[in-house]
Amino acid sequence: MQRGKGMKFVGDSRIPAERKPNIPKDYSEYPGKTEAFWPNFLLKEWMIGAVFLIGFLCLTIAHPAPLERVADPTDSGYIPLPDWYFLFLYQLLKYEYAAGDFTVIGAVVIPGIAFGALLLAPWLDRGPERRPMKRPIGSGLMLLAVVSIIFLTWESVDDHDWEAAAQQGEIVDVDYDVDESAEGYDIYLSQDSCIGCHGDDMLGTSAGPPVFESDYDVDEIIEIIHEGIGSMPGDQFDGSEEELETLAEFIANDGQEP
Amino acid sequence: MLQKIYDWVDERLDITPMWRDIADHEVPEHVNPAHHFSAFVYCFGGLTFFTVVIQILSGMFLTMYYVPDIINAYESVYYLQNEVTFGVIVRGMHHWGASLVIVMMFLHTLRVFFTGSYKKPRELNWVVGVLMFFVILGLGFTGYLLPWDMKAYFATVVGLEIAESVPVVGDFTKTLLAGGEIVGAQTLARFFAIHVFFLPGALLGLLGAHFYMIRKQGISGPL
Ligand code: HEC
Repeated sequence: MQRGKGMKFVGDSRIPAERKPNIPKDYSEYPGKTEAFWPNFLLKEWMIGAVFLIGFLCLTIAHPAPLERVADPTDSGYIPLPDWYFLFLYQLLKYEYAAGDFTVIGAVVIPGIAFGALLLAPWLDRGPERRPMKRPIGSGLMLLAVVSIIFLTWESVDDHDWEAAAQQGEIVDVDYDVDESAEGYDIYLSQDSCIGCHGDDMLGTSAGPPVFESDYDVDEIIEIIHEGIGSMPGDQFDGSEEELETLAEFIANDGQEP
Repeated sequence: MLQKIYDWVDERLDITPMWRDIADHEVPEHVNPAHHFSAFVYCFGGLTFFTVVIQILSGMFLTMYYVPDIINAYESVYYLQNEVTFGVIVRGMHHWGASLVIVMMFLHTLRVFFTGSYKKPRELNWVVGVLMFFVILGLGFTGYLLPWDMKAYFATVVGLEIAESVPVVGDFTKTLLAGGEIVGAQTLARFFAIHVFFLPGALLGLLGAHFYMIRKQGISGPL
């Protein structure tokens, strides 16, 4: 760097007037076959990048990002699932000694130790040896961690009921336009048991389908409510026979005043 | 022409030293897959950065349609997915890119670990790297809520329950993230802010430090 008297600047700025040559460093005396990153190596590397990008775009075209139905906080029957890279933590919390009274162990102690050790690895393993075989404890622990993560993720995927999961999140085509001023709707709203399974919009929850799903007629609907059907229990209706009939007509008429 | 523009700027701002600092660095033989195929493991870091760039760009496009409130969030994602030209691709890139960042970062971490590259004098760069690992997991967690569909909502409820179970700071953390007792309007707004401003800001800062250190120290030598 030039110092002292005789320095020239551009105008009244602090930029030196003397131009520096714009030439790359010379790596020819470096050990091995060292090459310059710019532009030599980058010209080859962008090809790897391009292949990677094409593969990635093919993936996005073949598998569009999933979208389930809109969040419904009242649907307590939904079985939650985090994104796959959190599955191992999620699975850990299902084991007896890492859940319930021991949640602290599964949620804080084990991940805390693992990630803390990861963060502090340079100070836990201070020897100068770099080869993995020459530092068996560090390498062994890391292998153990990797195997545990893979195992826990695997178990979690195995445990999960994927069919039920796909079904519970499905976007239902809601083309019913429930008339909320109808008498039948008021009667429905007074039935806490029905709401528990079919939702207060009558369009279903994870415990029951939309009440309009099949094309039953009035008598069949009255029978279903009396006798139950599939996993729906009978005798849940709380009210007079006339009210039941009004409700059944309302349902048979796909949510409109008959 | 380009040279003229360069010279014009260089005369005023003296950018040549800066440009040489950025452009001049060597690629030693042992990390160059052109010489040793097994050196492809040294590509994982660069590919992580590449996917981060994809995430930032695709995320910027997503915010052109996404509306972070509980009434419109789902509708806007639905619209983006089904109506907007290439919307399904942009959202797909952001969705799959998130997984890819995690995979690449994991592989990069393993490479650095098993080559012992975190040892003196590179301890600080390792710590910065692990911090980025946490930031990226945080981005994954906060981004998962934004479409406001069933899985988003309930995964966040569970995630916040887990955060709440942490002794001492649990309640505070949960309230801070959720913005109240329940997962609702406040939570979505907060997760959006964290996902789009706080964590990317932190990530860019850490990335800058990561790259500065690697350039200053050079990549670790052959085993
Ligand atoms: C325990 C949960 C539960 C309760 C309580 C319940 N249902 Fe159901 N309901 C179901 C299930 C599950 C089905 C689907 C049964 C099948 O098709 O196998 C169903 C089916 C129906 C159907 C036929 C839907 C169709 O079109 O296929 C109607 C109508 C119906 N329920 C009305 C009612 C009414 C009215 C009440 C209140 C008196 C009620 N349900 C209470 C669970 C329930």
